[in-house]
Amino acid sequence: MADQMTVPVGAVPAAGPAERRRRLWRRFRRRPMPMTGLVLVAAFLLLALVGPLVTGDPVTQDYAATLAPPSAAHPMGTDDLGRDALARIASGARISLQAGVLSTLVAMAAGIPIGLLAGFYRRWLDPLVGRLVDVTLAFPFLVFAVGLAAIIGPSLTGVVLALGFAQLPAVIRITRGEVLAIKEMDYVSAAIADGATDGHILLRYVLPNCAGPLIVQATVAIPTAIIGEATLSFLGLGVQPPTPSWGVMLTVAQQYLDVAPWLAIWPGVLIALATLGFNLLGDGLRDVLDPRSGL
Amino acid sequence: MSLLDVTDLTVGFDTEDGHVHAVKEISFSLEEGEILALCGESGCGKTVTAMAVPRLLPPHTTRLSGSIRLGGRELTTLPEPLMRQVRGSEVSVVFQEPMTSLNPSFTVGFQIAEVLRRHENLSRAAARGRAVELLELVGIPAPAQRIKEYPHQLSGGMRQRVMIAIAVACSPRVLIADEPTTALDVTIQAGVLDVFRDLRDRLGTAIILITHDLGVVADIADRAVVMYAGRAAEQAPVEELFARPRHPYTLGLMRALPAAAVAGPAGRRRLAEIPGMVPSPLTDPDGCAFHARCPRRQDDCLAARPPLVRHGPAHLAACFHPGHPGEQP
Amino acid sequence: MTWFILRRCGAAVMVLLLGSVLIFLGVRALPGDPAVVMAGEDASPALVAAIREEYGLDQPLPVQYVEYLRQTLSGNLGRSTQDQLPVTTILAERLPVTLELTALAMLVAITVGVLAGIVAAVRRGRLADYVATGFGLAGLSVPPFWLGLLAILLFSVTLRWLPASGYVPFTEDPVGNLQRMVLPTLVLGMGFAAVLMRQTRSAMLSALSADYIRTARSKGLPERAVVGVHALRNSLTTVVTVLGLQLGALISGAVVTEQIFVIPGFGKLTVDAVLTRNYPVIQAVVLVTVTAYVVINLLVDIAYAFLNPRIRLSGASHG
Repeated sequence: MADQMTVPVGAVPAAGPAERRRRLWRRFRRRPMPMTGLVLVAAFLLLALVGPLVTGDPVTQDYAATLAPPSAAHPMGTDDLGRDALARIASGARISLQAGVLSTLVAMAAGIPIGLLAGFYRRWLDPLVGRLVDVTLAFPFLVFAVGLAAIIGPSLTGVVLALGFAQLPAVIRITRGEVLAIKEMDYVSAAIADGATDGHILLRYVLPNCAGPLIVQATVAIPTAIIGEATLSFLGLGVQPPTPSWGVMLTVAQQYLDVAPWLAIWPGVLIALATLGFNLLGDGLRDVLDPRSGL
Repeated sequence: MSLLDVTDLTVGFDTEDGHVHAVKEISFSLEEGEILALCGESGCGKTVTAMAVPRLLPPHTTRLSGSIRLGGRELTTLPEPLMRQVRGSEVSVVFQEPMTSLNPSFTVGFQIAEVLRRHENLSRAAARGRAVELLELVGIPAPAQRIKEYPHQLSGGMRQRVMIAIAVACSPRVLIADEPTTALDVTIQAGVLDVFRDLRDRLGTAIILITHDLGVVADIADRAVVMYAGRAAEQAPVEELFARPRHPYTLGLMRALPAAAVAGPAGRRRLAEIPGMVPSPLTDPDGCAFHARCPRRQDDCLAARPPLVRHGPAHLAACFHPGHPGEQP
Repeated sequence: MTWFILRRCGAAVMVLLLGSVLIFLGVRALPGDPAVVMAGEDASPALVAAIREEYGLDQPLPVQYVEYLRQTLSGNLGRSTQDQLPVTTILAERLPVTLELTALAMLVAITVGVLAGIVAAVRRGRLADYVATGFGLAGLSVPPFWLGLLAILLFSVTLRWLPASGYVPFTEDPVGNLQRMVLPTLVLGMGFAAVLMRQTRSAMLSALSADYIRTARSKGLPERAVVGVHALRNSLTTVVTVLGLQLGALISGAVVTEQIFVIPGFGKLTVDAVLTRNYPVIQAVVLVTVTAYVVINLLVDIAYAFLNPRIRLSGASHG
C-alpha cells in the first residue's frame, strides 16, 4: 500500500554530505537484495579476472575425452572437442566482462560529450541531436548488430560497438537532462552571472551531478551487454570459435543437447547470475538514490 | 455530546529512521455549523490530526490511539467497509494542492458524479445534473460546459472549487479543509473562503480548517486549536484567542502576522520571527517542547511538561508562565 | 490532435528517410564492388552486369540513392543471392510466421505482465509483491535463448510432451501449429512479461502515491475503483510507452527464438542472410525492421496522445 500522505519529518536536523553518504550506505546495507547483487557482481569479477589464471587452458583439445560428463578432472565436463568446460567458463566470463565494460565505455565516451553539448547549446545543436537519437532508436539493437556483422564480419569488436551504440541514446538523454536541470539551479545561475565559462560550469557542476544517474545506467547497460554478447555469439554473429564465449558454448551445447545436456547448464546459469547481480545492484542503487522511483 | 469528539488522540508512524511521534494526546470537539481552525507551523501535526478523522493515514505504518466519535459513533474501530461509507458522505476532505488532487485523466463532471453515484445511488444522468448544480453552488460560471472539461483546463482557483464541490456533494456533516487556500493567489483566496462560509450557513456543515495562516483563522474560524510539536499549545474561541493569547508560541505566531507589524504601537515594526528549531519528532522529551525557542522559559519548563490549563470559559493553554491576560500581541 | 498526428507522421517519414540513407550507405561501405555484393560472390559476370545496370551502380551516389529509393518504393527489393528469388516473395513467406509468434508472445506478455505488475504494486512489500518482483528479476536476467534450450531439454528431450522445433502453418494443421508455438511463445513472452511487470508496478506505485488517489480514497470509493479506475488509467500511458520501447527487443527476441526452435520466420531469415552474406536480403530485412519499428512507435505515440487528455485536447505542442 502506497503512502497516502507524507509523514512530517521535516524537523529532522539537516545532514552533511558525509552523514548523508553514511545514511545511504546504511540503508543500502540493510537490504538483502542489493547486498546479494553486490556479492554476485564481486564473484563475477573475481571469476573473470582471476579464474582464467587458475583453471588452465580453454582451447586445449583432448580427443580421448570428448563430451565427457562432469568428473574430478573436468568438474563441468568437456565439450565436443574435449575442451575443459570449466576453463572455458572462466575465460567466457572475461569475454562477458569485456563486452559489458567496453561497450559501456564506448557509449559514455561518445554519449557524455554529445549530451553535454546538446544540453548547453540548445538552440542549434539540440534539435540535431534529438533527430539523431530518434534515428538511433529506430534501429533495434539486433538490426544494428546484424548490419555491423555484415559489414565488418562477426567479432567481439562488432559486438562491443553494437552494444555501445544501443545504449548511446540513454546516455545522451541522461546527460542532456542533467544539464538542463542543473542550468536552472540558483548556484549555477549565480556562477554564470559571475562570468564562469561554459567549460567551467560543465566540469565543475554538471559532470559531477551526472555521475549518479550514469552509474545506475551502467548497472542496467552491463547486464544487457552480457546477455547481448551471449545472444550474438550464440547466433554466430558475435565472438567466433574457438574463443570461449558463454554464447558460443551454448551453440555447441544446443547441438549435443540429447547426449551432453550438462553443457547447456553452466553457461546459462552464469549468464543469469551475473545479470541478476547487476540488476539487483542497480535496483538497490536506484532505490537508495531515489526512493520514490519504486522500481 | 458534540457532533465530533476527539479524545486523547495520539498518532505515530513507523519509518526507516524510527518511530515518529506526529500527534500526542490531542482532544477537541466540533459542533454543528462550527468552523474550527487547527493551526501551527508545518510539521506540527495539524494535518495528521485532521486526516485521522476520516482514517486517511497510511494504514500499515500508522500507530493510533485515542477516540474519535462522530455523532456518538466510534470511528477508530469502525470496520473499513463501513468507514468507506462514512468517507465522502459524512466526512469529506478538501486537500491542499488543487493542481494535483484531481485526477488528470478524467473530466471534472466524472469526478464529481463518481462520489454521488457511490453514496447516493444516483443514475448517470441524475448524477451529472447534480454535478452541474454543485459547480454552480461553489461559484463556477458556465457549469454545464465545465463538467466536460479536464482538470488541466481549469485555473487553480477553479480546481479548488471543483474539489469543494466533490467534498460537499453528499452534504457531509464534517468537512476537513487542509490549507485550502495556501496554493492559491491572494486575490482568489478570499473567494474560496467565502464559499466555505456560504456552505456552513446554507448546509450547516461543520468545518475543520487546517492552516498556518492566522489571518485566515481570524477571517473565518469560530474556534482555534494552536498546535506545537504534535501537542495542543492553546485552544480558545477566536476572538478570545486574539484578545488574550496566553501561550508564548501563539503570541509569536501573531507577531509574525503582517497585520500585527502594521498595527504595532511603535509605528514601524519589523515582522517578528520565532527563532530556533522545532524539536525532532523522533524523540518525545519530558519538558515543554517549545522551551528552546521561548522568551519566557525558566528552569521548571524543562523539568515537566506543562498541562493544558483552563484560563477562561473555553480557553485552554499549556504553559507554566502564561503571562498577563491583558498582554497585547 | 490532427496537428499532433500530422507532425508525428512527418517526423516518422524523416526518420525513415534518414534510415534508408544509412542502409544505402551501409551496403556501399562494404569492401568490393557493390554490384558483386548485390549479385552474390559466386554470381556470373552477366548477372553482375545486369544488376549494375538495374540499379545504376555506375552512377554517382546521390543518383544511385534516388534509384534505390524508387525501386524500393515500387516494391523491388532485389533478388536473394542464394536462390535468385525476389526478396519480396521471400518476405511474404516469412513475415506471417514471425507475426504469429510475436503476436502470441505479446498477448502472453501483456496479460501476465500487466496483471502481475498491478498486483505487486497493490500488495507492495508482501508475499505477492516478492513473488512478482522475483519473477521480474528472473525474466530480466535469464537469457531467452538459454530459457529456450532448457525448455527443449525439459519438455521435448526429457518429457517428450512437445515437439522441439519446426513449423506448420495454422491453416494446414491448427493443432500442430499451436503445439509447436507453445514453447517459442512462452520463451519469447516471458522476457517481455518481466519488463512489463516491472514497469507496470513502478507506474502503479507512483500513481498510487499521487494526490488524486488520496482524493479518490477520501470519496469513500472501494479499493478496486481506486486501483482499477484512478491509478490504472494513469499508468496505462506508461504501459503503452513501454510496449513501444520494447519493440526492438521483441524483434531481437524473435530472431533468437526462431533460431532455437528452427522456425522459418523473418528472424531466422535475418541470421541466415548474414551468415551466407546474402546482402540483398540483409538490406531488405533491416529496412523492413526499421520501418516496422518506426510505424509501430508512431502508433504508440498516437495511442499515448489519446490516453492523455492534455495532448488530445491541445492543438499542438508536445515533444
